[in-house]
Amino acid sequence: MNFEDENFELREIQRLEGHTDKVWSVAWKPATGINGVSAVFASCSGDKTVRIWEEDSTGSFQCQAVLEETHTRTVRSCAWSPSGKFLATASFDATTAIWENVGVDFECVSTLEGHDNEVKSVSWNNSGSLLATCGRDKSVWIWEVLPGNEFDCVSVLLGHTQDVKMVQWNPSMDTLFSCSYDNTIKVWIEDGDSDDWHCIQTLGESNSGHTSTVWSLSFDASGDKMVSCSDDLTIKVWTSKMQEGDQNAPWEHVCTLSGYHDRTIFSVHWSREGIIASGAADDAICLFVENNDNEVEGPSFKLLLKKEKAHEMDVNSVQWNSGDRRLLASASDDGTVKIWELVRLSGQKLL
Amino acid sequence: MVSELINANPVVYKKKERRDRGARTVLDEYAAEPIDQLEIFDHIRDIKDPEHPYSLEELKVITEDAIDIDDQRSYVRVTFTPTVEHCSMATVIGLCLRVKLMRSLPSRYKVDIRVAPGSHATETAVNKQLNDKERVAAALENPNLVDMVDECLAPSYA
Repeated sequence: MNFEDENFELREIQRLEGHTDKVWSVAWKPATGINGVSAVFASCSGDKTVRIWEEDSTGSFQCQAVLEETHTRTVRSCAWSPSGKFLATASFDATTAIWENVGVDFECVSTLEGHDNEVKSVSWNNSGSLLATCGRDKSVWIWEVLPGNEFDCVSVLLGHTQDVKMVQWNPSMDTLFSCSYDNTIKVWIEDGDSDDWHCIQTLGESNSGHTSTVWSLSFDASGDKMVSCSDDLTIKVWTSKMQEGDQNAPWEHVCTLSGYHDRTIFSVHWSREGIIASGAADDAICLFVENNDNEVEGPSFKLLLKKEKAHEMDVNSVQWNSGDRRLLASASDDGTVKIWELVRLSGQKLL
Repeated sequence: MVSELINANPVVYKKKERRDRGARTVLDEYAAEPIDQLEIFDHIRDIKDPEHPYSLEELKVITEDAIDIDDQRSYVRVTFTPTVEHCSMATVIGLCLRVKLMRSLPSRYKVDIRVAPGSHATETAVNKQLNDKERVAAALENPNLVDMVDECLAPSYA
């Protein structure tokens, strides 16, 4: 897609109220908002609930379900299984709940216990056979998904020296990434078929990494590139020559985007077609695209637009829908979720 | 709860005289009055120290000059000085300051809390923790900690 010589606008489509405390995270259900399937997403909050929102025939989002009375503390993050059949929710109550989605109903079918205290993030691998969780106890847990809604812990990964903020699987292979309050990103792979996992790389200050808490990371569609964001007010792009399935190929720093946010950057998300969205404690959302002007010095990124005052308070999470429209959901301390559409300034839809 | 006090004999200073903010000439009584240094100080001066029956003002943990404010940018930074440099109560004091300002200021405000440079043995670690909102949110779901914070804040609502 060509973003040259065009002006774009991030247009607010809807402001969704319902949560009674800060909204920490949003997650679009896979394969929705495409081929006539109405868009669906989940949001989770300090109010201990998860809300499921669905687009109706007029294009307006409605709250379809409230998942409550299961978590007893903040629900920090949520993630759909690749099939969309399950939603996993990570909570400060030290548990991860697995919800089965049947029609419009959600039933809690499993509760994963093991972390000492706050669970901060949960992620499914590409095939839905593995789940990863992480938390304040500095550990990352890998769970195998078994028939009958059973989840077996196959490995507890120790290595981070402080709480682990987020876990994320690479979309093209079973390599796990974690980022932490210890300012690093760690890359984990399985040893052969021994069920043992170990850290093959730590991306820290000595590899041009972040100098403060790394809050979030995201992959491009191929899984060859990664973006991370931090309390150091920067966004960093990383790449690996892992074509041909070499999980051991090291990750290298590509470029650092700084000067765009002036408070902690909490969330980054890479869209299927290559637009990086970021959300921060300065209440703003930024969008970045690859800059093709400078072929000599390698890939670089440029600001496509900055939406100041996207929310009344901190923006905690930004997520692109991967469907037909360029829809972005954002979650904030102001208790709302907003739905945005990226459009050309003339008002014409992008595609 | 604390069997041995961390600082058994703190120096207690005289409270600063309270100035009347209302004495300023009012040109337009409906005009929004900007939030200033003194207003912030008034919100936090009476917070009780976690281990002494004195206020943070009396212990000079906070002073009016240690408050940086930019009302137009909706920004406040409070710099506090623990009474001893290995004070394990520093994070509790910082949490009290954050909670009080969170409850007192309009939600548009961004607040940074830090210990004065050179005033604490683990300055960087304390500052990082006090400004990590996820850790603050988790701490405020801990009933014991909330009780402790509420007890310290009680005199500041008088």
